Formats: sequence, structure tokens, C-alpha cells
Amino acid sequence: MSAQTATELSDLLLKQWNRDPANLLQILIALQRDLNHIPNEAIRYLASELSLPQSVVEGVIGFYTFLHRQPRGHYDLLFSDNITDQMQGSRDRAQQLATALNVDLGATSEDLGLSLGYTSCIGMPDQGPAALINGKTLTRLSKERMDQIADLIKQQTPVDQWPEEFFTVEDNIRRRDILLDTVLDKGAALTSYLSQGPDKLLDEIERSGLRGRGGAGFKTALKWRFCREAKGEDPVVVCNADEGEPGTFKDRVLLQSYADRLIEGMTLCAAIIGASQGFIYLRGEYRYLLEPLQQELQKRRDSGLLGSTIQGHASLDFDIEIHLGAGAYICGEESALIESLEGKRGIPRIRPPFPVTQGYLGRPTVVNNVETFIAAAMIADNGADWFRSRGTSESTGTKLLSISGDCARPGIYEYPFGTSIQTILDDCDATNTQAVQVAGPAGMTLPASEFNRVIAFDDVPTGGSFMVFDHSRNMLEAVQNFADFFVHESCGFCTPCRVGTSLLKKRLEKVIAGHATGMDLEKMIEIGHLMKTSSHCGLGTTAANPILDTIEKFPLLYDERLKTTSFEPAFDLNKALDEAREITGRTDPGAYVEGGGV
Amino acid sequence: MSGKVKVATTSLAGCFGCHMSFLDIDERLIALSELVEFDRTPITDIKEVGPCDIGLIEGGVCNAENVEVLKEFRRNCRILVAMGACAINGGIPAMRNSFDLKECLEESYVHGVGVEDPQIPSDTEIPLLLNKVHPIHEVVKIDYFLPGCPPPADTIWTFFEQLLNNQPVEFTYRQIHYD
Repeated sequence: MSAQTATELSDLLLKQWNRDPANLLQILIALQRDLNHIPNEAIRYLASELSLPQSVVEGVIGFYTFLHRQPRGHYDLLFSDNITDQMQGSRDRAQQLATALNVDLGATSEDLGLSLGYTSCIGMPDQGPAALINGKTLTRLSKERMDQIADLIKQQTPVDQWPEEFFTVEDNIRRRDILLDTVLDKGAALTSYLSQGPDKLLDEIERSGLRGRGGAGFKTALKWRFCREAKGEDPVVVCNADEGEPGTFKDRVLLQSYADRLIEGMTLCAAIIGASQGFIYLRGEYRYLLEPLQQELQKRRDSGLLGSTIQGHASLDFDIEIHLGAGAYICGEESALIESLEGKRGIPRIRPPFPVTQGYLGRPTVVNNVETFIAAAMIADNGADWFRSRGTSESTGTKLLSISGDCARPGIYEYPFGTSIQTILDDCDATNTQAVQVAGPAGMTLPASEFNRVIAFDDVPTGGSFMVFDHSRNMLEAVQNFADFFVHESCGFCTPCRVGTSLLKKRLEKVIAGHATGMDLEKMIEIGHLMKTSSHCGLGTTAANPILDTIEKFPLLYDERLKTTSFEPAFDLNKALDEAREITGRTDPGAYVEGGGV
Repeated sequence: MSGKVKVATTSLAGCFGCHMSFLDIDERLIALSELVEFDRTPITDIKEVGPCDIGLIEGGVCNAENVEVLKEFRRNCRILVAMGACAINGGIPAMRNSFDLKECLEESYVHGVGVEDPQIPSDTEIPLLLNKVHPIHEVVKIDYFLPGCPPPADTIWTFFEQLLNNQPVEFTYRQIHYD
């Protein structure tokens, strides 16, 4: 691609995105897609056209995993590397493909135009192993399918000519309760708004007890009320569809099959807080949902349910734009998400001020999870009592769980809050269960002795991830997978998280290699507590959870690998001289050192 | 601590900058010498470390000799201190860790500018290099970490003052932060 066309394309994209620096990330994503990388010419041109320092543009590119300054292959294949993918054989499949095509994992082959690597969970653990090819989702990668893919790449068949069934994403809804079972007629929530008015409806949502479904559990009505009463002008509604917590995929199903309800919920929120602008921040891993969602938005506009004069009311003027993410888990944190929406690196903001008073471009902003908006729309139509008919007093309604791992029936399960872990395990046909990881790596690791606990904000809170491990699994492999995940996803802004995640990963490797002693465990606990108390945002404060939880609840995992000495080196001292011995050919006594600790 | 406290110091894969900073406590060296007796250090030129109370280690671990010396210090010192950035993190010498050992040696001894008779040295007198440079806490247990490149003289002095007076070691913000 010549310099001129990169500049021309940039120019086209600048026009499409209103020459607004807040849309920089969207422009970069489009460039990456068309040119397989972001050339220096484009960086210079964008910087000058948007009056940004070149370093800012480079900084944004450097932050997001899916943006590159060096060209990727025209087949850019990334295997989902969550532990549940690995349990389904993802690593073997990746190796199978690498061997078949004679390329290295993590490298780009010029001959085939193929880049091969791993990425964090892409939200398909119920139909894995899964991968992204040029941003499109591949599911159920069996050995046979891998052979077919190897052939397609050898023959240089364009991805859009690959068999359609490779890209099929199933909903796998296994249990429905009131949220998924109740019909919501198009526009019903808005009709309810028009008949009741904002105050009464807000009271109703408050009475329903609805709390945020993303995991933190903030009261939705309170958030909307704060935003409605905030001083700033021109409030904004943002849907957090950056479902990045490994093992979570319930928002993907909602976006795929219940998008109309989501848009209804967002429009309802906009009507209540007086917003005219809305965003759906869609994680880059769900790129395949972009066009279907845009069609849903258009359908709503065509039916007079979105855009200006909604349902014939001039006061209801609201539209939604979709922004894509580009592979950054941290952007699921609401203030990082807002930074990302503004086209910047996704680094969490210092709070207060909270987004409800100063969010997107300093305007009052409501950020809610997909499931929360849908629940709010349903409450508007069916009333608070309908919602309160399920759940407990503190955790009303139902929760969608994304169940994966060692069970016969992985998929989406809707449960009333207050349902026990054991009931859930029985329903998904999980047997011989050793542990359940609830709420993703940042959540809790529960042993069998705690399966009587229940899903609720005041017991086992969760954004929806529910990963099952039976007794055939080595839980330390899961813990290591989570530790690696946090090292990769730490945004690097604060030291406790950036350094702490790496220190924990190293100590854990020492345990797994059998070089650790009791002192290493003490250090891990100390580092973990330091991260919990001094990190800048939720990522850092929760990143040590899987290690701290398993040390406490699965002590044998660690104890049986510990040396009884007081200290052991972190690596094999004598083996560390291998290369030098090979280079020099030396075999004298000085060419060896004694291993072990002092 | 009764009688004179015995102190040993050494520089492994370091630049002696931390030792220079230690000397920068200037006239307080006299006060210190009233309280401590130096065992193996570059100042006394004693070659073998004996039983000591405190051992100060500058530099990371880059070769077989570093491993032996460090272990010898650990065997002999009641309290072992990682002094400076290289001991704590590997520092500048650890920048070679992103390359293979062979690449590093070839760059210096084979492809280097002006090298005559290019060959990678191999002599029993020369300690073999480790595959990677490591911080010292990966080889032995370390009791205290004194950050800085180098830690300033005042920080080193405060450390001694508090340790010798059996006080918990605490620094003011400016003594260990460099932003």
C-alpha cells in the first residue's frame, strides 16, 4: 500500500468520523482493518489533521492489542487463550495449524501472509476452541476443521469465501426465567414512559431494586437520578458491551438475539435523563455483531423508535452510535471505557468526579451493562412487582450466567438471585466438580465445601462468568492462566498493578516449577494484599484474587509443590550455565555451580 | 548488637556506583567506623567473607562466580541487603536478557568494530556467564532492599543508623523516591 493511499484512506475516514479527535480510535480501527497495520504516513497525517501530537496517536496504537504498526498477515488468526479454551484443546489446535503450515506461533509468515497468535478470551467458551480471523469469530475448531483451515490458507482462499458454518455462533440458552421468557413488545417501555412520566417511572425502577448487572451492583435508579440531576449540559447514555471478563458471554447472546430490548432500555434511560446522544461500546472481539446491530438500530429508526421525534414526540430525540473496542480488557471499567470512547488510551480515571456528573467529554453520563438496560426496559413494561417476584430482598430479579468448562451443557442460564452453586452445577450436568470460578479471574474460586453458597450481591456476586473445573484439572494451570491474563491486561498506569501482576506471575511459576518454599507463598500473599489496597482501579485490586483464594482454599495445590528448605532459587542455577558451556565447550569444575538454596 | 558490628560488601554485576555512593557519606565514615568493623569489602581488600552481621550486595547475578560469592555471603551474613537497582532488578546488565547469550558474545567478540582474531573467549580463569542476568533475590533470601541508582549516601546512612540502633528501617519519601 503506497503512502498516498494510506493518506487518502485516512482522509476518507476523517470525513466519515467528522474530523473529531474523540473518534481517533474508530479511525485507527478502520485503518488497521483495511491496511493490516497503521502506517507512519497515516499517523503523521491524522496527527496533523486532528491537531494532536504524533505521540498521542502512537500512544493510542500502542495501547490496544488489535492495533499494529507493523503489518499483520492478510490472514490474522488469534486463538482465544482463556483456560476454558485451553481445556477444549485450543493450544493443540493452534500447534496443529502452525505445524501444518510450517509457521511459528506468535509470528507472521510472509509467504502465506499469515499471522498466528493468542488473544484473551473472545467470549465463546461454550462453543470453543474459538479464534478470530481478521476480526471474525471462528467457533468449534475441531481437528478436522483445523485441517480444512490449513488447506484454505494454503490455497489462499479469501476469508469471506470460507464455509459459513465456521462462523456460526450459537446462543445456547439453556434456562430461561422472567427476563428471557417475558415478551417485550417493540416500544412498550417507551409507551409506559409516556404514560407515567420520568419521576414515576424512576420510582418504579427504584422500587424494583434493580442493581447494575456488570458486577459492581450499583443501584440503577440512583445512577440515573444522579445523572438526571447533574449540573452539566447534554447528558449521554453509554452501553458497556465490552464484555471482557474471561468466561463471560451472556451479553454477546443478548446483543445477538435481544438487541431491540437493549436499544429500548437505552432509549428509556435517555428519555429519563434527557439525553440525545448514546453509544454502544462494543468489544472488538464481537466485531461480527457490528453490522447486525447497525441493522437493528436502523430498524428502530424506521419504526420511529429511535432518532428525532420518537413515537411522534418532539421532546424524545435520541440516537445511538456504535464504537468498537480494540482488545483491551481494562476498557470494561467504566471510566476507562469513557476514555476509550473519547479516542484515547483506556486508562481509568480518578474518581470522583464520577461519570454521572462528568463522563464522556465532561458531560453527565450513565454507563450501564447490556443486561441492566434490558432489565430496566422490562421493568418499565411489567412493573417493579414483576421483577421482585424473583431473587432476594437485597438482590432482586434474575441474573444471566455464562456457564463453561467441565459440564455437559455449557451455555446461558437465567437464574433468580439466591440460587445455590450446587443447583446450578446439577442443572448444567457438571459432575465430579473440584472448583468453580465465579465472576471470572477477578472473582472467587469456590471449593466444593462452598457450593451451598448462593449467587447474590451479598454472597457470591458476579457479572456472569461461571467456569467449572472437575477433578481431572490441575487448578494451578487455571491460576497461572489468570495470572498471565492480568499481566497482559494491566494498563500499566499504576505501579502496584503493573509490577505486582508480574511479580505474582513469576512467583507462581516458581511454585509450579517446584522451586518455591513457604517464604514464596508469604511473599505472594504480601504482594497480593499490597495490590488490593493500593492499586488505582478494580483490575489491580482484584488481580491477586485467584492466587489469594487458592492459597487459602486449596492449600494442597501449593504445599505439595513446596520445598521444605527455607529458601530456594527461582531458577535452576546450574542449568543457567547451559548456553555458556555449549558456546565455550568448557567442562572444567568451574563450568558448573551447585544448585539449591542456602 | 553487642561490640562492633561486622559488615561485608561486594559488587557483583554492578558498576561500583553504589559503593561510591556509600563512600559519599563522607565524614560520617569516621562515625561509622566507630560502630562497625569491615570484613570483606573493596576497601579492606579482604578476599574471603567471614561471619558477619550485615552484608551489602551491589549488582545482579550474571555469572557463575557471582552465584558462588552471593551464596557465600548468605552463608556468612545474618542480614543480607540488596543495594541499588541492579541488585534489586538486574538493572543495566539485565538489558542483555532480551538477546541470546550467543548473540551478545558474538556482538562483542566476533562482529565488534575493530576486533582482531575474532573468537568467543574460553578460559577456566573467566567465570562462565549465566543465560540471563538475575536479581539477587532470585538466588538467595534477601532481608532488605535499598532502591536507587545508586541509593543516595543519606539513604545508606539512615539505613545504617536505624539498623544499628535496632530501630525499624523507615525512610522519608524523598530518600527512596526519585520522581
